[in-house]
Amino acid sequence: MDLTLDQQEEGFRDELRAWLERNHPGPAPRGGDQAQFEFEREWQRRLHADGWAGVAWPTEYGGRGATLVEQAIFGEELARAKAPRPANVLGLVMGGPVVIAHGSNEQKERFLEPILSAEEIWCQGFSEPESGSDLASLKTRAVRDDGGWRISGQKVWTTFAHEAKWCMLVARSDAEVPKHKGLTYFLLDMEQDEIDVRPLRQITGEAEFNELFIEGAHVPDENVVGGIGNGWMVAITTLMNERAGLGASAALGLSNTLDELIELARERGVAGDPIVRDRVARLKIATEGLRLGAMRALTATMKVGTPGPEGSISKLQWSSTNQALTELAVEVGGTEALGSGSLWAYRFLRSRANSIEGGTSDVLKNIVAERVLGLPKLR
Amino acid sequence: MNFDFNDEQREIKSTAREFLASRFPPERVRELAESRTYDEGLWAEICELGWPGIAIAERHGGQGLGVVELVILEEELGYACAPTPFLGNAYGGALIEEAGSDEQRASWLPGIASGGARGAAEVDADPEPLVVDAEGASILALAEGEGAKLVDPGDARLERLDLIDTTRACFRVAAEDGEPLPGDAFPAANRAAVALSAELVGVAQRALDMAVDYAKEREQFGRPIGAYQAVSHRLAEMLWDVEEARSLTYYAGWCADAEPDSLPLAASMAKARASDAAASVTHNALQTFGGIGFTWEHDLHFLLKRARVAGRMLGAPRAHRERVAALAGL
Ligand SMILES: Cc1cc2nc3c(=O)[nH]c(=O)nc-3n(C[C@H](O)[C@H](O)[C@H](O)COP(=O)(O)OP(=O)(O)OC[C@H]3O[C@@H](n4cnc5c(N)ncnc54)[C@H](O)[C@@H]3O)c2cc1C
Repeated sequence: MDLTLDQQEEGFRDELRAWLERNHPGPAPRGGDQAQFEFEREWQRRLHADGWAGVAWPTEYGGRGATLVEQAIFGEELARAKAPRPANVLGLVMGGPVVIAHGSNEQKERFLEPILSAEEIWCQGFSEPESGSDLASLKTRAVRDDGGWRISGQKVWTTFAHEAKWCMLVARSDAEVPKHKGLTYFLLDMEQDEIDVRPLRQITGEAEFNELFIEGAHVPDENVVGGIGNGWMVAITTLMNERAGLGASAALGLSNTLDELIELARERGVAGDPIVRDRVARLKIATEGLRLGAMRALTATMKVGTPGPEGSISKLQWSSTNQALTELAVEVGGTEALGSGSLWAYRFLRSRANSIEGGTSDVLKNIVAERVLGLPKLR
Repeated sequence: MNFDFNDEQREIKSTAREFLASRFPPERVRELAESRTYDEGLWAEICELGWPGIAIAERHGGQGLGVVELVILEEELGYACAPTPFLGNAYGGALIEEAGSDEQRASWLPGIASGGARGAAEVDADPEPLVVDAEGASILALAEGEGAKLVDPGDARLERLDLIDTTRACFRVAAEDGEPLPGDAFPAANRAAVALSAELVGVAQRALDMAVDYAKEREQFGRPIGAYQAVSHRLAEMLWDVEEARSLTYYAGWCADAEPDSLPLAASMAKARASDAAASVTHNALQTFGGIGFTWEHDLHFLLKRARVAGRMLGAPRAHRERVAALAGL
């Protein structure tokens, strides 16, 4: 057991720290509007210019080819520096890795560079009004058309669809076979009249996600990823990337917010309150538990290729801790923290989605029960 | 960065699991718990394996390994729910090694390391302290103000406490005199808290394993109860409890060996989390078993009781959380 960084890892960290000191653009504007988005796009361009955008990607595709530990360091350091998020998050953590894993050479050539540079923004069109947790039941149809496919259906909760050039879209290309088998993974060009993007306002007041109404949009054959009928398998890779991206950096983000909460408790004169102290300690312990579990999972992944049981609970730990943290903050912060322009109110409201987005906590518990504990399936 | 045991440590773990499973099968644990005794023959075997001296320096007769190795053994002892004087001896040894004079070390550590002349130590247990494994010990390390003192068992009055956990012997001890340990007792207390956290992780893991096995087997309404989400989600949450406590405990063990400045916070986080995890996991395991889990005949209650009592020892969760809050800057 050795939880320190080796020389190479320290070198990576120091180089990144120095870079961040010179290039940190300051805090992003809030509001989920165009100004924030352009700020984040500019930030990603700066990251990319010095090779920090696709840290996890292999160097042959314009990435940095970082080891798993270096990837964790990257997430931690950006969180530590309170750096803004890059505009094309979904392209960087899902779209790119899927193209790298399952795409053709032509697709790699065509799609990867603009993801890194934030020239082309990506969104994820999986969820539908009637298919959320039960993704494989989705109904959006893909019908053969000369030289490609015609897509029709409705998608929902599609984050950044209003900014996106490409949509990772899973649709039913064969209605005759069992539900997991009839799906295909498409890269859908969003610049078509057949797609109507309508913003959905979230409880925070922002409209980051959208509804997509698709009526006969076209996808050429060369934009099928992983082959016809393999959409489920390809989609699962996407989701695994989404979940693996959490962990270490999420814990550091929590740790930053917890420090702010401690400051708030002091300002509000409740730092001596035993109940506040007890709850803060619980949050501290949960945050460290998440960080350390992520490190264990990382070690397991390096050794055997998959994270152990501790990895499967990271998302549960993170969402519950972030929610409990922001709950305590709006309690301690009084009506001021519940003001509609307050950062704490925003965080409190935004974190309500943490146990839903990227797989609900109930569904994650199903996965832990079935895959880790080996309990029988409900069915 | 490598957050896992090395080959030697894995070997220690698997040897311990195997040995303890053969020597402390549930029937034997029950016999010992019901008769409130330790098995001296089994203790002698444990001594032959060198366990009592695992974390004691070689020059004092120990194996010279670290707290990580101690954690490994303690987790397995908890998993087996083994009634042994291991903890009291380990804590007594840590106190003398960390806070004792050269002379005190030379007098007592070889016996403690071999297990042939055991030590025992007083632990904070809210409201009154208690001494674990005092009976049969050759030397007692008792609290004295902020520090500790050594007392000859012949000069002390021992009274066994009648606690729900009968797999461990706890005593009220009175002794006027004694020989102070000159050093700081705090590091040893932290090490012992980490060791006890590991034991609690082991207890919780055992209860979880038993409950998961049962949930796969027991059928109601025509299917295994583990297919019902009320049951399976509870089990998933138990795994979460166990794994989070384990991560914090292993980390604290590593801090004790490699990063002592981080130990006070790490030990308190581990002890708070492991105590709560063991309490809730054993409770939830009982719920999973239904009525049978509430019977004396079922083995689960030994784990439940051990979890509750050990959770109070060496600082109850609330006290450790208070320390965590202070160290976190509140
Ligand atoms: C902020 C945010 C951003 C999002 N961004 C995207 C995006 O970019 N692209 C995209 O495709 N999707 C996105 N989503 C959608 C998200 O993936 C879904 O909301 C999620 O998978 C749940 O689906 P649902 O909302 O239809 O809820 P449902 O699946 O209908 O679930 C409703 C409730 O039932 C429970 N439930 C459902 N099935 C089970 C079961 N088998 N066992 C136990 N309980 C169950 C759920 O836990 C939940 O409590 C986003 C969601 C949010 C909140």
